[in-house]
Amino acid sequence: MTASPLVPARLAAVRRWMARPAAHPAKLAQFDRPLAPWLFVAPQLLIVAIFFYWPSVQAVTSSFYLEDPFGFGAAFVGLDNYRDALASNEYRHIAGFTALFAATVTALSLGLGLLLAVKADAVMRGSGAYKTALISVYAIAPPVVGLIGMMMFDMHIGPFTQAAALFGWDMRVGIDYQDTALALITVAVWKQIPYNFIFFLSGLQAVPSSVREAALIDARSGWRRFRDVTLPLLAPTGFFLLVINITYALFDTFGIIDVMVKDKPANNPITLVYKVYLDGFKGNDIGGSSAQSVILMVVVAALTVAQFRLIERRVHYG
Amino acid sequence: MAEILLEHVGKTYAGGTQAVRDVSLSVADGEFIVLVGPSGCGKSTLLRMVAGLEDITTGTVTIGGRVVNRLEPAERDIAMVFQNYALYPHMTVRENMSWGLKNRRIPKDEIAARVEEAARMLELHPYLDRKPRALSGGQRQRVAMGRAIVRQPAAFLFDEPLSNLDAKLRVTMRGEIRKLQKRLGTTALYVTHDQLEAMTLADRLVVLNGGKIEQVGRPLDVYHRPASTFVAAFIGAPAMNLLDARIEAGHLWLAGVDLGRVEGEARAVTLGIRAEDLQLLPTGGLPLRIDVIEELGAGRVVHGFVDDQPLCVSLPSGAELPAQLHLGAAPEALHLFDAITGKRLPQSVHSSAKVHA
Repeated sequence: MTASPLVPARLAAVRRWMARPAAHPAKLAQFDRPLAPWLFVAPQLLIVAIFFYWPSVQAVTSSFYLEDPFGFGAAFVGLDNYRDALASNEYRHIAGFTALFAATVTALSLGLGLLLAVKADAVMRGSGAYKTALISVYAIAPPVVGLIGMMMFDMHIGPFTQAAALFGWDMRVGIDYQDTALALITVAVWKQIPYNFIFFLSGLQAVPSSVREAALIDARSGWRRFRDVTLPLLAPTGFFLLVINITYALFDTFGIIDVMVKDKPANNPITLVYKVYLDGFKGNDIGGSSAQSVILMVVVAALTVAQFRLIERRVHYG
Repeated sequence: MAEILLEHVGKTYAGGTQAVRDVSLSVADGEFIVLVGPSGCGKSTLLRMVAGLEDITTGTVTIGGRVVNRLEPAERDIAMVFQNYALYPHMTVRENMSWGLKNRRIPKDEIAARVEEAARMLELHPYLDRKPRALSGGQRQRVAMGRAIVRQPAAFLFDEPLSNLDAKLRVTMRGEIRKLQKRLGTTALYVTHDQLEAMTLADRLVVLNGGKIEQVGRPLDVYHRPASTFVAAFIGAPAMNLLDARIEAGHLWLAGVDLGRVEGEARAVTLGIRAEDLQLLPTGGLPLRIDVIEELGAGRVVHGFVDDQPLCVSLPSGAELPAQLHLGAAPEALHLFDAITGKRLPQSVHSSAKVHA
């Protein structure tokens, strides 16, 4: 899978989040024999090595070669593949859309997820049955939502398209660049909101009620209480979700894009991951595709490092 | 600074549970009132209703002449110290104290001055720029106090503020809270389930039971004249002995012993005697069969039975005790309660027999 080289960066983010200082640090296990801990982690390491590191190395290697489409040989071409990719207008254009897409999807799905979580939290403090009902709906929905979203925007039967038609907007998803972009962003955001919602909600529920009450006495304005107390206490959750959402927008939206633009005329917005796939598997340009995926990997790694450096230091872990 | 007035205050939760029933109480300006009672007696609910954290179902709460029933907690001019301190974990000590002032648009230099003053009073200077996580329990407690003090509110509300501290620190902080409140002269409502804390802190005690006020009074008055068996058993350690006795022919009888003259017709009563009010007699008096002796160092508590009714006696440490003791008590140390309602009876016992020391 094209996304695989980039998964380690994301796992690292998750691990950092999981390893954040806990209120009561778990007891450290002591091993008598130095080999024992390695044996315990060996299965996991093996999986990581085979499915993540090995393909990454393969991608880096093949990015320096020009491969015969039918697998009959490869010529070392140095950095040519990278040069070609970066020099291409099309590549730059897609990179631009990818950046816009990732930023919009992340901002909207985080923002809406938080908004819904805050509203839900206000309603269901203390009422357990309601909480379970709400969460279970959101927990079941995500895998299905992507597909439903695509049907919603269908040119012939999609209710969104029909609704837009009522306002005289001839929505042509899959043909018109802007319309397709809008549909992609909407569905991608829609699919991600429940995920963010659950994390934000559990983050909100973890804010001690006495701290909320202290804030209630200290500040009259609900907005101030939210901005100065609730939000900072949600920051660890928010930061974790930021990392996850950016990688989601960059990689996990592959399926949505594929369903929406596959078999459609050209000139549809796609993201870099989709282009890697198109060039590699449709265009049989393994070298070029590998170079693109390496670029993507470097960009995302840099982005993740930047997030940890710039934002994480401002996050307070409770 | 202000007085607090509770008039027929009641709280009924959805589902019909009555947590507080018809509580009326008038707290004078600068007074230290302790609400005390076992868990579930409604004391915290009552405090939270004054704070505005719980809706008031019936009655009115007035703070400083203002009915606050419909006001937000932030508008009630009160400051609260919570059991688990409820400090803002992401703010430094200084920010914890100044945030509430900032929200009230108090000028910066005034905030700085108030925080400075509170830090000096509570010896918090070295910790002003630390986060709560880096503080000990006692220090967090001080910060919570500081956050209340800088507000200069009409009233302090304390919700079991010392129960998360160890026994020694609790005693120290108890003294400090008392001194601080006297010095600032701010009205205080203090909730605790610890009767010793209640006795030592309060100007007046409010003993609550089942959401109702059982007795209001100065600590020693409550101690010496408990209004009911509930108060008698709750205030004081060891708890007051409560024994089944009878009034017959103008005398009070327990285990076949005449304890003195008393008015009233023949009936069953509950007799209350504090463990420290009982003395050893050479002979006669109440016979106590010793069961267990608790040595406390400074004294000892002897548990035993008078005619199968449990009774404990506080005695000085020292000599070996025989298997059976002879006990007597001054007539004014005998408390009479209605055997059924548990309410204090108006009669008092007068000396007649040899049981009295």
